Amino acid sequence: MRRILTASLLALSLTAAGVAQADPVKIGVITTLSGGGAGLGVDTRDALVLAFKKSGNTDVELVIEDDAQKPELAVQIAEKMIQSDKVDLMTGIIWSNLAMAVVPNTVAQDVIYLSPNAGPSVLAGANCHKNYFNVAYQNDNFHEAMGQYANQDYKKTFILAPNYPAGKDSLTGFKRYYKGELAGELYTQVGQTDYAAEIAQIRASGADSVFFFLPGGMGIAFMKQYAQSGVGLPVLGPSFSFSQDVLPAVGDAALGVKNSASWSKDLDNEANKEFVEAFQAEYGRLPSIYAAQSWDTANLILSALAKASVKDKDAFRAALKEADFKSVRGEFTFNANQHPIQNIYVREVVKEGDVLTNKIIGTAFEKHGDAYVGQCKM
Amino acid sequence: MSAALLIEQLLNGLQLGVMLFLIAAGLTLIFGVMGLINLAHGSLYMIGAFACAAVAAATGSFWLGLAASLAAAAAAGALMEVAIIRRLYERDHLDQVLATFALILILSEGTRWLFGSFPLYLDIPPLLQGAVPLPGGGQYQLYRLAIIGVGIVVAVGLYLLISRTRLGMRIRAGESDREMIAALGVDIRTLYTVVFALGAALAGLAGAMVGALQSVQVGMGEPALILAFVVIVIGGIGSIKGALVGAILVGVVDTMGRFLLPKLLALTMPVSQANLVGAALASMLIYIVMALILALRPRGLFAGQA
Repeated sequence: MRRILTASLLALSLTAAGVAQADPVKIGVITTLSGGGAGLGVDTRDALVLAFKKSGNTDVELVIEDDAQKPELAVQIAEKMIQSDKVDLMTGIIWSNLAMAVVPNTVAQDVIYLSPNAGPSVLAGANCHKNYFNVAYQNDNFHEAMGQYANQDYKKTFILAPNYPAGKDSLTGFKRYYKGELAGELYTQVGQTDYAAEIAQIRASGADSVFFFLPGGMGIAFMKQYAQSGVGLPVLGPSFSFSQDVLPAVGDAALGVKNSASWSKDLDNEANKEFVEAFQAEYGRLPSIYAAQSWDTANLILSALAKASVKDKDAFRAALKEADFKSVRGEFTFNANQHPIQNIYVREVVKEGDVLTNKIIGTAFEKHGDAYVGQCKM
Repeated sequence: MSAALLIEQLLNGLQLGVMLFLIAAGLTLIFGVMGLINLAHGSLYMIGAFACAAVAAATGSFWLGLAASLAAAAAAGALMEVAIIRRLYERDHLDQVLATFALILILSEGTRWLFGSFPLYLDIPPLLQGAVPLPGGGQYQLYRLAIIGVGIVVAVGLYLLISRTRLGMRIRAGESDREMIAALGVDIRTLYTVVFALGAALAGLAGAMVGALQSVQVGMGEPALILAFVVIVIGGIGSIKGALVGAILVGVVDTMGRFLLPKLLALTMPVSQANLVGAALASMLIYIVMALILALRPRGLFAGQA
């Protein structure tokens, strides 16, 4: 019986391959599926899987592994994917410290890596690489937008971020465009959950506003504690602490907060409507920005597969670089360092019925690139 | 730097210490009485938080959630003890560490399976919302004051339980000589289950209270567990008094380090560099303190009799 089943499955898969007439493509996905940061990775994985499923492309095989947000584990998985699974492309990493551990070694082995989220400055500048494509943003981008936006209303902002590559990029990005005075600048621990000591310093600093970058559970903890502390200054931040995966846990404390992102679910374009509807229908929840970026990553890969074989690296890279796909973020092109040029919007947290979500209230930058492209010799 | 800021930071340190005490008390009690290293103690803390969030979401009452967290953590603890932990007392510490580490993985994935990967919502009850004025013009979050209060009540309660009651007498006897109290006819198996459930309930209570302040998510227990281990090593393994002193020491040193180190370093280097170096040093500070204390008193501040 089992043999018959296997044989018929094999026959079926052969016919499927016969129709598509293309080489199978193996994509390694390393993302965070357990631990505190799992919500981000789950959205990334789900959007990727759904995008390939909807495309009807049966040549793509995904090899998905959980990095548990640990750099050393991510490195091992990457080695295994390259050496024994022999993947053609890799993607999926959420966190910049993991990306820094995995990406340089991966691209050096002539495997193409597409980042669906992390965009550390080093990889955009001096260490840019022909095999590295960032489909999300350069880390500084959203923070630059918030710095620009803060100039409108604020003169003395207190800024804080975790002490890791993306945290440093964050505050650097904010300061690049912010013209006011800083009431204080703090680096917190990665994974920190209690912000009492930081909130006390904000209270004593005489600031007129607070800018923070604390992704995942860190932001939830900060917002809840801040709302109860009685400090009450306006809060600004990149979208990460106000994205769809964390808003339910933050609750009403997030209402009215201005945050910056390259995407929002109410962004008016065909691709985005289709994406939001498909994601909601499949998973019964609203997509987050991680899902949006991952959806774009999948569609970018599909657009390049339609033009070139993944085995012909030069042609495939050229096809990727054209970015000939319908981005849910609207207009999307690659800069010389293979990082996005895109609009960055300012959003506000609102309530639609009982659901907390974001709506776009303005555009901070149009066709915005990054500050490191000049250092990239490619 | 104003007096109000200093008072607020001291209270923050005290509150963190009290929280750590609730977790460390159970850990040290279990080690003291049963000689067991329980790495899964952090999972009990997580179970408390999830039980509180789930019941609070279903009933709309934080207080029912708090009761549920105590009940759920104690029940989970008792079940764990009867089903698994009981088989580990006779084994060496390596086996205990392996088995309880496996429990962490099982409980974490089980919780993810039940509740999903996204953090749950748990808010502070309306009664304890907001901030209260401090002397010197500052303000302090009411809920954190309430946590300090609960911690003091638990510390006094544990002291009375252990020094004044029959159960406490048996616990103390169990700490000093297991075979002898079994020979005297005390039902040692039940005593172990009760102690384990008591430790678990304290961890669950801590989880529920912290859950309202932070985020309720899978894996929230492990960072707390690491700090709790630092606390009991500093305080002397097996000593409740040591856990209290160690917890407050760790809470205050950690909070003050994060607050003062960048400021101190800023006197000698540029501010943004001082912030980076200060943050890095502050995260090491409690381990440096632990190393110093162990160098001077290798068995901790209040070493048990064992």
